[in-house]
Amino acid sequence: MTEVLAQDNAHVADSAPGDERLDGSNVAQGIVGYLVGLALAAGLTAASFYLAAGHFLYGPSVPAALIALAVAQMGVHLVFFLHITTGPESTNNVLALAFGVLIVFLLLAGTLFIMTALHHNMPPMDKLMSMQR
Amino acid sequence: MSAIDSAAPFDPYRLGRGGDGDLGQAGGPAPKRVIVAYGFWIFLLSDIVMFSAFFASYAVLAGATAHGPTGRQIFDLGEVAAETACLLLSSFSCGMAAVATGARNKTAFYLAMIVTFVLGAIFITLEVREFIGLIEAGDGPSRSAFLSAFFALVGCHGAHVSAGLLWLLTMIAQVYAKGFRAEMLRRILCFNLFWHALDIIWVAVFTVVYLLAGRP
Repeated sequence: MTEVLAQDNAHVADSAPGDERLDGSNVAQGIVGYLVGLALAAGLTAASFYLAAGHFLYGPSVPAALIALAVAQMGVHLVFFLHITTGPESTNNVLALAFGVLIVFLLLAGTLFIMTALHHNMPPMDKLMSMQR
Repeated sequence: MSAIDSAAPFDPYRLGRGGDGDLGQAGGPAPKRVIVAYGFWIFLLSDIVMFSAFFASYAVLAGATAHGPTGRQIFDLGEVAAETACLLLSSFSCGMAAVATGARNKTAFYLAMIVTFVLGAIFITLEVREFIGLIEAGDGPSRSAFLSAFFALVGCHGAHVSAGLLWLLTMIAQVYAKGFRAEMLRRILCFNLFWHALDIIWVAVFTVVYLLAGRP
């Protein structure tokens, strides 16, 4: 019974961000993991440049596609290079990441919302100058 | 079964980390390696929050060109693709250095770190060349709000990469002088995190700055 408990606890022990998975990591597996990450990231990057340069997609939908590809590539980097996983041993790292993503989202969305609203409510610059006169 | 359950203190979130005493590493406080990397991870997240402020100002000012050039006119996407390839490959070779560290193989470690340094140096060279070309054409940071935001954001990332290159050389020298000691393993882990995080920020840079603003 204690053996089972010990195994269970070893499995959920914390892992540092950047650490490989605790179970069965050796040199070959490590290299394969980085290679898979490199292939996925290179594919997503190539897709981004291709979509931006070509006329493969309907024009107005390109920005949304580019942002989706960028988010996917960040996910690939997080999983394969930084080894941030959903496993129980990296709960702390994922929680910190979630908080960071929340702040980044609030900052970006808040800035864009406020500045766009201001921009729409401001009279054109020449009118503003004539009003001051 | 029930005897063990009732004997164990109620600790569903493992705040005491098992605490049975015979659990080896799982009991007691987390190892220093985990704590150091967690602290550095939080620094990296705060760095990313700082970058998001630069991204927000760039997104707001991207249209404020003051009759100067727009992104479409000044960006060379071929050069940006080369920079992206350099940084992505250097991220991979940095991962190889981490694998070599895990295997305690000094030769492979030096080789992977030197490849990482060369790729990073090519990246910085390309970026500096782009900046110099823009400034010589009269499109420096003082030309328009758009260019101010551009130089601030991309320059901030470039400064991070330059600092990372210095750190990389320090790591090579320290491994040469001290070998794979425990504190060196922690520093190498932190350097790996830093370098991969820079690549993540570059993904956002080439998407938001170059591709979204520079597409035909």
